[in-house]
Amino acid sequence: MNRRKFLGAAAAAAVPALVTGCGGGGSTDDGKGGGGGGGAAPGTPGVIRIVSSLPRTGSAKGQTNTIVNGIQMAIEDYGGKVGDFKIEYSDWDDATAASGSWDGPTEKANAQKAVADPDVMAYIGPYNSNAAKVSMPELNEAGLLQVSPAVTWPGLTKKIKGVAPDEPEKYRPAKKKNFCRVCTTDDLQGPLAADFAAEVLKAKRVYILNDKELYGEGLAKLFRQRCEELKLEIVGDEGINTTSIEFGGLMTKIKGLNPDLVYFGGTTQSKGGQVAKDMVGAGLTCPILAPDGCYEQAFIDSAGAANLNGRAYVSIVGLDPSQLTGKGAEFVKRYKEKYKTAPEAFALYGYECAKVVLEAIKKVNKKDREAILKEVLATKNFTAGAVGGAEGWGFDNNGDTTLRQVTISVVENGKFVPKKTVTK
Amino acid sequence: MLDSLATALGPAFYQYLLIGLVTGLLYALIALGYTMVYGIIELINFAHGDLFMLGSFLALQVAIWVGAATATGEATGAAALPTILLMLVAAPVFCAGLNVTVDRVVYKPLRNAPKLAPLVSAIGVSFIFMNIGVFWMGTYDLNFPKLVPQDNLTPGARIALNYKHIMVLAVTLPVMVALTVFVRYTSLGKAMRATAQNPTAAQLMGINVDRVIAATFAIGGGLGGVAAVVYGLYNNTVGYMMGFQTGLYAFTAAVLGGIGNIPGAVLGGIIIGLVRSLGSAYVGEQWSEALIFAILIVILIFRPNGILGARTREKV
Repeated sequence: MNRRKFLGAAAAAAVPALVTGCGGGGSTDDGKGGGGGGGAAPGTPGVIRIVSSLPRTGSAKGQTNTIVNGIQMAIEDYGGKVGDFKIEYSDWDDATAASGSWDGPTEKANAQKAVADPDVMAYIGPYNSNAAKVSMPELNEAGLLQVSPAVTWPGLTKKIKGVAPDEPEKYRPAKKKNFCRVCTTDDLQGPLAADFAAEVLKAKRVYILNDKELYGEGLAKLFRQRCEELKLEIVGDEGINTTSIEFGGLMTKIKGLNPDLVYFGGTTQSKGGQVAKDMVGAGLTCPILAPDGCYEQAFIDSAGAANLNGRAYVSIVGLDPSQLTGKGAEFVKRYKEKYKTAPEAFALYGYECAKVVLEAIKKVNKKDREAILKEVLATKNFTAGAVGGAEGWGFDNNGDTTLRQVTISVVENGKFVPKKTVTK
Repeated sequence: MLDSLATALGPAFYQYLLIGLVTGLLYALIALGYTMVYGIIELINFAHGDLFMLGSFLALQVAIWVGAATATGEATGAAALPTILLMLVAAPVFCAGLNVTVDRVVYKPLRNAPKLAPLVSAIGVSFIFMNIGVFWMGTYDLNFPKLVPQDNLTPGARIALNYKHIMVLAVTLPVMVALTVFVRYTSLGKAMRATAQNPTAAQLMGINVDRVIAATFAIGGGLGGVAAVVYGLYNNTVGYMMGFQTGLYAFTAAVLGGIGNIPGAVLGGIIIGLVRSLGSAYVGEQWSEALIFAILIVILIFRPNGILGARTREKV
């Protein structure tokens, strides 16, 4: 029925074949010419490549632009050279214009391309939890380090209540760990949003919507669990069709049930803006609460600031850039000077990802995937980046950050204004 | 009967009917573009949905140019009514011109080729249009200025009616009546029907078939342009992907009503609008899309030519 998906799938089926064909010859991709490396170490001598795979087409572009800027700023901190190696960076897109957002086959092809390039020592990304499901097994088999700035679904790294029974083992076919992330997970974000709904918004009756993706549906489930513990009444809980263009009928139904709050588990790309807009259109005056997938200017722009001001609450893992002190504040200042705009919330995590990788390369000073991976996973008390503060942060046994913070902001005058931060 | 249904289904039932009717009329307006072209040259013009999308982009561009909207599509409050009228002229003219051009350049050389060739070309044109849309406005969902207020005009009544609903009804219904009158009573309309029935015979009777085909593309494109403006003003969001989903619904509406049949397209559009709205309310938002296609399949099993599609019998 969906001819675009079909064509995308057909195109993507052809891509891995090309990639493996290229990798099999032992040459480097991108036509760099291979150079005179010779001997055992393939690839270009003296060069380490870091790649990122993020949705660079579609409405997530505003957010991923700032992640990429963050990565580039981190590389510039070292003057593009770490230890004995020149750092090259490739900014890959895991989205297609036809789908307007991340695309499984493209993410998979990116992972395969990274594995096949002997210069690639770290894979930064992806941005979407569902995309991580696709690239994680590929990179795991190859033992290539993967650091994500933004994926928050807990099941990718740990077994907790609410994740699928075969998670996270199914993402680790090689039975080793190679994935870590610098943002905290939804098992914190979802429940804390419910606490916020009960304590600050004084909601008694909530209506839950989700976008039927791993991230959005998962968050909605975790939010619901906590609501039930808090004895909030769930007046409705359903998925939306993200291909739909408007939700007038749905919002009229929700208005009839008269909830105190609508929770939307989803992203700007899965119609967060339209949901908020149609709520106003149907005369629903209660607030909307959304997770970090909507914490970006594109969300405000697509919904129209007038529809959100004072009634849209959005949570973010970590802190809003305006709340940072010390190195974080310094980063925001430098960012503004360099790019003439304020960074989106995930710019920090792009910077942090690249920093943690580059520091590890500096320590290891070898072009060795395994050694770099080991060094990154062993990160403790990391203060070189922007988010760590004085004590710093590290990766726990699952590869998750020890920095467990969530902030909830409200939209005022078309901007996010932090309202409450919880540290756990 | 409606009252007893409303008692059973709750007081918002009438509101769902209104929403369904309004969105259904929008689908119908786009469906007319599919059905008219199919009626004349048996081409499913897959690019029609994306033509509609480009029409809405042009309308947004016009609003920005005349200062009725900011660059991010927020209404500035200036000159709403003249802007709407200007959009209602500019977008249909633009879409009609574009549609005729595409016919001349792409479909006309393939007029005597096997049916699949123009069909595949239409899919190609659809992608080209989509990429033009990306190039023009980017890949973000855009705000379309709120030039029509949506305050409730009937507080306390069973149906909450606002200016947006009135606007959709006030634009789409006269356009559809005018189209029906045109096709039934004018000489060009008669020529269209004659060409639809038998192009060769029509040519032998002195009808300039190429002119008739061009006129059909112009009218179909123009209706798509009207729909684009009304849709933007009603929904306040446009984006380069909207042509696909809306086009799919509209195409389904055309098939449901009997492709090639003008009243059938309108009926099909309204049915789809109602199924979408009532399905979302009583079955669940996530099932509403599946429901539309389930109903399509059931109807096609019993009436393979669509609800009003008996007249297309000779086009085998």
